[in-house]
Amino acid sequence: MTNVAMRSSAAESAAPTQSAILNKLRGRDAIFHMLTRIAALGVLLTLGGVIVSLIFGAWPALSTFGFDFLFTASWNPVTEKFGALAPIYGTLVTAIIALVIAVPIGLMVAMFLTELCPMALRRPIGIAIELLAGIPSIIYGIWGLFVFAPFLQQTLQPFLISSFSSIPVLSTLFAGPPYGIGILTAGLILAIMVLPFITSISRDVFETVPPVLKEAAYGMGCTTWEVMRNIVLPYSRVGVVGGVMLSLGRALGETMAVTFVIGNAHRISGSILAPGTTISASIANEFTEAVDLMHSSSLVALGLILFVITFIVLAIARFLLMYVERQR
Amino acid sequence: MKKFFRSMAVAGVALAAGLSPALAAEISGAGASFPYPIYAKWADAYKAETGTGMNYQSIGSGGGIKQIKAKTVTFGASDAPLKGEDLAETGLVQFPMVMGGIVPVVNLDGIKPGEMVLDGPTLAKIFMGDVKSWNAPEIQKLNPNMKLPDQAIAIVHRSDGSGTTYNFAYYLAEVSPAWKDKVGVATSLQWPAGIGAKGNEGVAGNVANTKGAIGYVEYAYALQNGLTHANMINKAGKTVAPTADAFQAAAANADWKSKPGYGVILANQPGDASWPMTAATWILVYAKPQDPAATADALKFFSWAYDKGDKMADELHYVAMPDNVVADIKKTWAAEIKDASGKPVFTN
Repeated sequence: MTNVAMRSSAAESAAPTQSAILNKLRGRDAIFHMLTRIAALGVLLTLGGVIVSLIFGAWPALSTFGFDFLFTASWNPVTEKFGALAPIYGTLVTAIIALVIAVPIGLMVAMFLTELCPMALRRPIGIAIELLAGIPSIIYGIWGLFVFAPFLQQTLQPFLISSFSSIPVLSTLFAGPPYGIGILTAGLILAIMVLPFITSISRDVFETVPPVLKEAAYGMGCTTWEVMRNIVLPYSRVGVVGGVMLSLGRALGETMAVTFVIGNAHRISGSILAPGTTISASIANEFTEAVDLMHSSSLVALGLILFVITFIVLAIARFLLMYVERQR
Repeated sequence: MKKFFRSMAVAGVALAAGLSPALAAEISGAGASFPYPIYAKWADAYKAETGTGMNYQSIGSGGGIKQIKAKTVTFGASDAPLKGEDLAETGLVQFPMVMGGIVPVVNLDGIKPGEMVLDGPTLAKIFMGDVKSWNAPEIQKLNPNMKLPDQAIAIVHRSDGSGTTYNFAYYLAEVSPAWKDKVGVATSLQWPAGIGAKGNEGVAGNVANTKGAIGYVEYAYALQNGLTHANMINKAGKTVAPTADAFQAAAANADWKSKPGYGVILANQPGDASWPMTAATWILVYAKPQDPAATADALKFFSWAYDKGDKMADELHYVAMPDNVVADIKKTWAAEIKDASGKPVFTN
């Protein structure tokens, strides 16, 4: 009896401390909650602020030129007639060239690294690719201008011009003179720059494929190609699409390297060897000296358009992923 | 612990007290990138001599004008002069600080620096894409004894907005009505032909890499990169080479008082020895500064640079302002830049 009473009194005396500890923990948890929420809302607020200030800054240009801004190729700071078509065209074409080249190569490198590469070579090649991602874009720009462009001017471009000169559509696409710099060169530089993204993401998702699936396929007599094509790629396609979209985002927004090698001409040309410009290159080139309101406002409007393009690309990627998920 | 904080606070106050005079003595300015190397060199020498430093942000002329209008800096710097009505409206005083020359550079096999001769109208035709080949009659006529190749002309221009482009286009518009109509004058243009490269160094690099190329750069870049410059036929019809003397001749022959704020573009100036594409760069300060002491510090620095900076300018291939112009500028300072009580903020 006394024993029980003692025990209960002990419990009573212990109770407040226990609830105090719990309260303390709950309080900490609430603070943690709040901090994470502030961090997340902060991102949202920043994004909203960027959109609002872009629209605000672009308004003089957008209200003056209206929808014509999107479909006019003229960019004349003297007469203050501005249109975004040439930079939009250049941005999309260079990004497409970059992906057309980088996606197959990147996937092949990733497949080699995960399936075929001797163990001893895996780390060196993997590290080399990650180093490629760490090179600042200004270095790519300078290298592109002083090494890569003269090389292309003397080798690839004359070859393309002469070999396609008699084929109807391709002869316009590869019409000379070989300047060395231009849309194609910018696309090639971008391909090199996004390659590490595609490769390292694909390699990581390829490695998540359960070995038992691959072993079963090999056991049934599949070749390596068949295993890659029918087991690894279908299993990891969500991740691969994600990697490609990430690279597309980088290719659309890349500024410095492109500015050096694209030729910076506000013109749309049928030939991909001709100089062109991209949205981010135009902004980087002209913003410092844009004194007139309409000029700087048009550059901000270009920024807004790039924002919208990136948003559309991300939305398409989401839809693709949802579609792929539903197919399963 | 308390003691520790107290001693920290004391140290902090002492540190702030020690620092603040030094900070106040820093001259702040922003603007054109073309004169940045010489401003930086002057600032170094001036600091060694007087202890007053300068913080100059080379953000481009457009940025410099925006910053001085927002009053975040003591002076702005621009390669393109503000117009008289802009100066009147904003209450800014403008004066030229230093000059440089713009030269056409070419890349042709077998042609050495200064061998080729061009004139303004031909240069305009080339940059408009109307003269397409190096052996065109217009070029051959100016260089009768030169064997010119049947090679396409690859045009290289600045892609970034630039005072160099402004001065170059101003000259072409002076000598070619077609250029004035179709292209015009601004810091960035809708170029009818050619490729754009970023900065003087980008144009120099592209011209050096491309056979048959022509471009325009600041004289210093042509020298540093070993590029082949062409000589020009000036307004007086004489062939001149780009030298410091030829740039200075253009400045001496200019009528500086003809435009408000000394806003004379030195393109196509009269005189037998004048280089036709000489360019000045300007400083902007407020006539009634909010902080007269800071403006006085800045003017003191500029005065020192006019008096003692000639040799340094020469080393970097800039051209100092002629003495008679400097004397006029100093009179303008005394007459126009005043504090709240109406006293000149700086007199020499």
